[in-house]
Amino acid sequence: MVKFLERCYVYLVFVFLYMPIAVLMAYSFNDSRSRGTWGGFTLRWYAELFQDRTIMTSLYYTLLIGVLASLIATIIGTMAALGIHNSRGWKKKLIMNITYIPVLNPDIVTAISLMILFVFAKVRLGFITLLLAHITFNIPYVILSVLPKLRQLNKHLYEAALDLGATPGQAFWKVIIPEIMPGIVTGMLLAFTLSIDDFVISFFTTGSGVSTLSITAYSMARRGINPKINALSTIMFVFVLVLLVIVNIRQEREQKKGRGGKNGAKSQSGGYSPEHSDPQFGTEWV
Amino acid sequence: MKKSSAMIPYLVWMAIFIIVPMLLVVYYAFTVTTPEGSTWSLDNFARFFEPIYLRVLWRSLALALVSTVICLLLGYPVAMIMAGNAFTRKNVLMLLFVVPMWMNFLLRTYAWLTILERNGFLNILLTRLGLPQINILYTSTAVVLGMVYNFLPFMVLPIYSVLSKIDKGVIEAAGDLGANAVQVFTRVIFPLSLPGVVSGITMVFMPALTTFVISRLLGGGQFTLIGNLIEQQFLVVGDWGFGSAISMVMIIFILLSMAIMSFFEGEDKEATLW
Repeated sequence: MVKFLERCYVYLVFVFLYMPIAVLMAYSFNDSRSRGTWGGFTLRWYAELFQDRTIMTSLYYTLLIGVLASLIATIIGTMAALGIHNSRGWKKKLIMNITYIPVLNPDIVTAISLMILFVFAKVRLGFITLLLAHITFNIPYVILSVLPKLRQLNKHLYEAALDLGATPGQAFWKVIIPEIMPGIVTGMLLAFTLSIDDFVISFFTTGSGVSTLSITAYSMARRGINPKINALSTIMFVFVLVLLVIVNIRQEREQKKGRGGKNGAKSQSGGYSPEHSDPQFGTEWV
Repeated sequence: MKKSSAMIPYLVWMAIFIIVPMLLVVYYAFTVTTPEGSTWSLDNFARFFEPIYLRVLWRSLALALVSTVICLLLGYPVAMIMAGNAFTRKNVLMLLFVVPMWMNFLLRTYAWLTILERNGFLNILLTRLGLPQINILYTSTAVVLGMVYNFLPFMVLPIYSVLSKIDKGVIEAAGDLGANAVQVFTRVIFPLSLPGVVSGITMVFMPALTTFVISRLLGGGQFTLIGNLIEQQFLVVGDWGFGSAISMVMIIFILLSMAIMSFFEGEDKEATLW
C-alpha cells in the first residue's frame, strides 16, 4: 500500500514535469491559431517554420557557433586538463577554483561581465563575441569531463610505452589520448549541447543581425504565443534529446567497461549519468 | 607525462575572459562617471538601498525562498522514494527525471504560457470539468510555478544521490535500538542527508534569485526581479555602474552560499559536485 502511494506520488511529479512539454508539442500540430480549439492535425507550422528567414538564419548561427565553440573549447579544455592533472598544490587548487567560476556564477553575471569586456575592448558585438563567450563557458565542462578520465589512467601506462620503445610523442598520441578519448568526446558533446541550449549569455554578448534560436524564440515569445515556436521547440527538444541519449549510452558503455576492467575503477566521468548530483546545472543559472 | 605548458592557452583564456571581466565588473561598480570624468565612489551601492530597489531585492528573495521551500517539500519525498525500494529500475527513473531539463529552459518556461493563458490548456480543461477558470498568468504565483518547474530536479538529484549512499545498516540499527519510523527519519536519515539538502537548496535558490527570463515571460513586462533589474541596467538604461553593483551583490550571495555548501560538504566537494 505504502509502495503504491509512493509510486503514485512519483508519477504525479512526472506528470508535472512532462505535461508542459507534451502540451507544447501537441499544439505544434494544431491547425488553429487560437489555443481554444483543436483544429485538426497539421504540419503547417513546421512548413512555415522552414520558410521563415529569421528562424533559418538563427538555426545556421546556432549550429555554426555550437560546432566551432565546442571544437575550440575541446582543444583548449583537453590541454588544460592535462596540465591541471600534472600540477600540484595551491596552483592546482587555484586553477580549479577559477575553472568553477563560470560553472557556478549565474549566467547573467557571466553574460554582463563578458559584455562589459567586449564593449570595453571596443570589439563590435556580433558573431565573434558570441563565439568567444560560448567557448568561455564551454571550456570548464570539457575540463570537468576529461579530468576524471585522467585520474583513472594508470600512471605507469606512459612509462610502459616509453620502455617499449615509443617516443614521448608516440606514447602521448597512441596511448594517453586513446585512453582519455571517451572523456574528450563526452566533453565535446556536452559543450555542443550547452552551446545550443544557451540563452542568457548569447542574449547579452551578441549584436544586431546575429541571433541564435534561443534569442529568436525569446523575442517571439515576448510578443505572445506563436505556433511556430511550438514547432521549433519540438524540433529542438528532439534534437537535443537524441544528442544526449548518445552521450548517455556512451557513458554507460564506459561504465560497463570500467566495471569489467581489472582495476575496477568506478567510472566517474562528469556528465549526464543519473547518479551524478547535478547534471547540466550550468545552463540553468539563469 | 606532459609538461604543464599544455595549460598555457587555457590560463591566458581564463585571464582574459574570466578574470578581467570580473575585475571590470568591480571597477564599474565602484566608479561613477560624471561629465568631468569618472571617480571612485560607493554611490552605486548606496542607490541599491533606495526603497524601490530594496523592494525588488526583497521580492526576489521572497520568491526565490518560496520556490526553494516548495522544491524541498515536493522534492525530498521524491528523492526518498526513489532511493527506497518502491522502484526497481532506478537508473531509468532518474534519467526520466533529468530529461525535461534537456529542453531549453526558455522553451520550458514558454510552455507554461500555453498552459496558463486565458484560453490556455488549463482553463479549457477546467471548463470541460465544469470548474471555474483560474487566471494566474502574469502574477507572482505563475513566476513561482515557473521556478519550481524549472529547478525541481536540482533539488531532487543531490538529495537522491546522498540518500542512496546511506548505509542501510545504519537505518536498521536505529530501528533495532528502538527508534520508531519518525525518529529514524528525524534523527538518522534527515541529518545524514543534510549535505544533499544544502546543495539542493543552493542549486535552486541561486538560479531562482537571478532569473530574468521566468519573471519576464510568466510575470509579464512589469514584473521586476533582481535579474530583470540587471538586464534593464545593461540593455535599456545603460547604467553599467549600477548594473555592476547589483551583479556584485549577486556574486556575494553566491560566495556566501558556496561557503555554506563547502562547510557542509567538507573536503569532499569535488566528488559530490561531479
